[in-house]
Amino acid sequence: MSDTTTAAAQAGGPPQISQISEAVIRIAGNSQDGIQAIGGFLARLAGRSEQEVMTFMTIPSTISGGPSIFQVRIGSGEVLSAGDEADVLLCFYQHSYEGHLGSLKKGGIVLYDSDHVKEIKPENETKYRHIGLPISSLVVEAIGGTGRDKGKNVYALGLIAKMFNLEVPKLHRLLQERFAGKDPKVAETAIAAFNGGYSHTLAAAAELFKFKPGENIGQNQIVMGGNEALAYGLIAAGVRFGAGYPITPWSDIMELLRKELPKYGGSFIQCEDEIASVSMAIGASWGGRVAVTGSSGPGIALKTEAIGWAVMAEVPLVVVDVQRGGPSTGMPTNVEQSDLNIACFGGHGDSPRVVIAPSSVEDCFYTAIEAVNIARKYSTPVIIITDQGIATRIEAFKMPELNKICQDITPDFTPVADHKPYDLAAPDGVTRHLAPGTRVASGKYPIVTGLEHDELGHPTGSPKLHLQMTAKRRNKLRKLGAELPVPAVFGPPEGQVLLISWGSSKGPVEEAVKQARAAGNAVSSLHIKYLNPMPNGLEKIFEGFSHVFVVELNDEGLYGYGQLAALLRARYCDSKIRGITKVDGLTWKVREILDRVNVMTK
Amino acid sequence: MPTLAFPSEALTRTGSLNVGSVPPLADADRKPLMKKDVAADHPTWCPGCGDFSVLALYFKLIEKRKMHHEKITTVAGIGCSSRFPYFVQAHGAHFIHGRALPFASGVSLSRPDLHVFVFGGDGDAFSIGGNHFTHTARKNVKMTYCVMDNNVYGLTKNQTSPTSPIGYKSKTDVWGSGDRPINPMKQAIAAGATFVARTTHTNPNHVLQIMEAAMDHDGFSFIECLSECVEFYPGAFDGANPRKGGQFPLVPENHDVTDEYAAYQLSEDLMPGKFGIFYKVSRPTKNANEAKIISTNREKFAALPDWQILQKNFDRMK
Ligand SMILES: Cc1ncc(C[n+]2csc(CCOP(=O)(O)OP(=O)(O)O)c2C)c(N)n1
Ligand code: SF4
Ligand SMILES: [Mg+2]
Repeated sequence: MSDTTTAAAQAGGPPQISQISEAVIRIAGNSQDGIQAIGGFLARLAGRSEQEVMTFMTIPSTISGGPSIFQVRIGSGEVLSAGDEADVLLCFYQHSYEGHLGSLKKGGIVLYDSDHVKEIKPENETKYRHIGLPISSLVVEAIGGTGRDKGKNVYALGLIAKMFNLEVPKLHRLLQERFAGKDPKVAETAIAAFNGGYSHTLAAAAELFKFKPGENIGQNQIVMGGNEALAYGLIAAGVRFGAGYPITPWSDIMELLRKELPKYGGSFIQCEDEIASVSMAIGASWGGRVAVTGSSGPGIALKTEAIGWAVMAEVPLVVVDVQRGGPSTGMPTNVEQSDLNIACFGGHGDSPRVVIAPSSVEDCFYTAIEAVNIARKYSTPVIIITDQGIATRIEAFKMPELNKICQDITPDFTPVADHKPYDLAAPDGVTRHLAPGTRVASGKYPIVTGLEHDELGHPTGSPKLHLQMTAKRRNKLRKLGAELPVPAVFGPPEGQVLLISWGSSKGPVEEAVKQARAAGNAVSSLHIKYLNPMPNGLEKIFEGFSHVFVVELNDEGLYGYGQLAALLRARYCDSKIRGITKVDGLTWKVREILDRVNVMTK
Repeated sequence: MPTLAFPSEALTRTGSLNVGSVPPLADADRKPLMKKDVAADHPTWCPGCGDFSVLALYFKLIEKRKMHHEKITTVAGIGCSSRFPYFVQAHGAHFIHGRALPFASGVSLSRPDLHVFVFGGDGDAFSIGGNHFTHTARKNVKMTYCVMDNNVYGLTKNQTSPTSPIGYKSKTDVWGSGDRPINPMKQAIAAGATFVARTTHTNPNHVLQIMEAAMDHDGFSFIECLSECVEFYPGAFDGANPRKGGQFPLVPENHDVTDEYAAYQLSEDLMPGKFGIFYKVSRPTKNANEAKIISTNREKFAALPDWQILQKNFDRMK
C-alpha cells in the first residue's frame, strides 16, 4: 500500500481510516472454497469503480481439492503487475497460512480463519499483524450450517469490503448478478453471508483503508480474463469456425467459442484430438474464412505437421498456444514461456510462419484481431502465443468500440476469369486462394497441396520451382517484418541496461524499469510483440545501451540463453544480449528482475 | 482504444492476373461437363493400377449428375490413391497422410453448399487415420469417403497395410504378415457410419451406381472400393473378378440395409465377400446438428449486427 495518508486517530474512537492508492490482497485456501470467485468480485468491483486492477491466480491441475490462491492488486493509477508482496493475506487453513505468510510484506495484515489456523509462531506475530476470526463458525452463524462451505468466500469478501471501505451497494449488485437465474434463495444467502462478514467488528484490525479515487474517472471499463479476451477478439475479428481438443489452460477459449459462435452463425467443433482439430480448422480456412484452432503444451506438438502443411500450401490459419510449463505434461497450471521455439520453428523443413504474443488481457483482444488480419493479408498461419500469466488473469480495460472494431470477413465467391494461387509474379508476393465454390471461367482450377508445386498447385520436382517457392514463402514474411511497427523504448532511449520482454512479462519488466529509475539506475525496456518475423531496426535501439537483458520465463538452455535471447543473438550477433530466465512456474516479481540486473551489471 | 497495426483489408484475389469481371453464368447457359473438362494432370499411377477406373468413374459421376464445375470438391490424404485431386480439374486439396477426413469435415461443416468427396488408401484410412475414421463416422459428417483398398502400402513401395491378409509377404513382413487385418465394413458399421457400401474397380457399372447412392446419402457415406495395386499386390482381388475366375456376389435383394446386425453378418467373409450397400440409415448429421444449434442461438440475435451481439456480452462484464 503506497501513499498512506492517515487520518488522525481518535483515542478510543473508531479505527482510523488510511487513504491508499493501491493494495495487494492475497487469498489462500483450497480450490473448492470459491477463492477465484472472491478474486473475481474484487476485480469486477475495481473495474466498476474506475480503478485499475490486475489479478494473479493459481489453480491446481487436480480439480477437486488442493491449494488455490488468488491475488488481486487494485490501484488508483496504472497497475503493471500483480504485485510482489501482499499487503493483506487472507488464509483459510494452516497450510495456506504457512505457505503464503512469506508473500506478505513486513507489517502486513494476515487475516486468518482461527477455526483452522491453530499454530502461530510468536516470531511471526511480531513481524505481521495477525487478526484471527473463527470464519468457519461465523459463516454458520450468519447463514446456517448448510452454507458452511459455500458461504465462506462471500463472508470473507464482506470482511475485506469492510477493511477497504468498498462500495457495498455495488458488491450487492455483483452478488445478485452472479447468482441471477438461480433459485433467489441462493442470492439471498450470499448477501446474508456478505453482510455477516461486513458487519463483523474488526476492532482488532485497528486500521481501515480507503482507496483514493481512480484515474480512469468516467471511463467505461470492462473486466475479463485473458483467455476470454482472446476468444472475444477472434469473434470480433470475424472468425466463425474453430476446432479444438480440451487441455488446460486452452480449454477456456474453446469452451467460450463453442458457446458463443452459434450466436453469430458459426461453430466450434470438439474433435477427437489435436491433429484432427488443426486439420479441420485448415479445411474450414480453405473453405474461405480464416478458422482457429489452439491448444497448450503437448497439443501444440501434435499440430506441427499440419501447420507445416498450411505454411506450404499458404493457407491462412490462426493457432492459439496458451503456454504452460513443459516439456511433456510438464506443469499444466503453471506459467512458462518455453514454447517460443516450437511456435517459430516447430515442424520439419523450412517453414516460416508468424508468431505474435499478447502482453496483457486487453492486448489479447486486439492481438486476436491482428492475427486474423495478418493471416489473411499474408495467407499464412499465425500463432498467437499467450501464457498462463495472462490467460487466467483478470484485468479492467477500456471498453472497445465494438461498432468500429468488429470486422466482416465473409468470403468472396465472385467468379474470376482465371486464377493462379501460387503466382510467382504477384505484385505483393502473396498467394491468394479461391474458396471452393468459386467459378473460374477459364476452367483451370487450382489445387492446394503440401507437395512442392507450380503456380497452379500441381506437384513438381523441379529444383528451380522449389527454390522460387521457398523464397516466395520466406520473402512474404520478410515483407511483413518490414511493415511491423518498431516498438518504442519504455524509458529513455539511452542508458546502461535495456530489458527486453515478451508476452506477460511486459508489466513486471516495466515496473522494474520504474523502480530502477526511481533508484537512480539507467534502465529502460523494450517489449517485443511480433516475435516471428521480428520488426527491423532493433539493433539501432540496442546501440543506446551497454547491456541488453532478455527477461523470459524459460530455461537458459544448453548455451546459456533463453529462447528469445537466442533468437536475438542469432539475428544480431551481439554479445551484449544476455538472458534473465527462470522456470519456477510463477510470473516475474519485480524484485527478482532487479536483483538479477544488479548481479549481471556488477 | 489501441490502434491496430494490421487493420482489416480488402484483398485482391488474382495476383498478377488482371482478369476483370466475369459475368454470372445462368444454369441454362451451362454446358454439361465432359471428361475433357474435368481431367487434369495425366495420372502418375502405374499402368493397369485399379485407381484409374475409380477416377474414370468419378468423371462419369460428375458428367452424369451434371455437377457444377466450381462445386466439385475433392480432398485426399497421402498415398498413391490420394494423389486423386491432382487428376481432377476442379477445386481440390491434397492434405497430409491420414488426416483427409478432419480436413474434409472442416470444409463440409463450414460450407453446407458443397458436397465433399474424399479419396484415399487403406493405410491412410485405417492406420494413421484410424482415429479420424471412427470419429468422422460417428459424428456423421456429411461427405462421401471412398477408400481405394489395395491391401498394401503402394506409395511407399510394398509394406504391410492394415488390410493386408495374414500371410501377405511385404517388405516389412518378409515371412508373411501375422497381424489380423481390419475389416473395413465392420469397422465402418461399428463406428456409426450411416452409409456403408462395397464395390470393386473391375465392375465399373457397380462402382458408379454405388458412388451415386453415396453422394445422395445425407450423412457420412463410406465406400470400400477394391482397387488392385498391380505393382506390389497383383491378383489380390482376382477372387472377386469373374473374368479371373472369381465371383462377384451382390448383397442379397432381401437384405434389410437398416439392420445393423445383418449388415455385420454380410461383412463376415471378405474374399470375395458381398458387393453393394450393406448398411444405410438416416441419423441426424453433424451438419444438421450444428445448424440446429445455430438457428436456436440465432433466434434472439438474428436482427442484430454482429457487433451488437458482442456488445451485449461486454455490457454484462462491466
Ligand atoms: C506422417 C507420415 N508418415 C508416413 C508417410 C509415408 N507414407 C506416405 S503414403 C503411405 C502409405 C500409403 O498407403 P495407402 O494409404 O494404403 O495408399 P496407397 O499408396 O496404397 O494408395 C505412407 C506410409 C507420410 N507421408 N506421412
Ligand atoms: S504402386 Fe500400386 S497403387 Fe501405386 S500406382 Fe502403382 S499400382 Fe497403383
Ligand atoms: Mg493401400
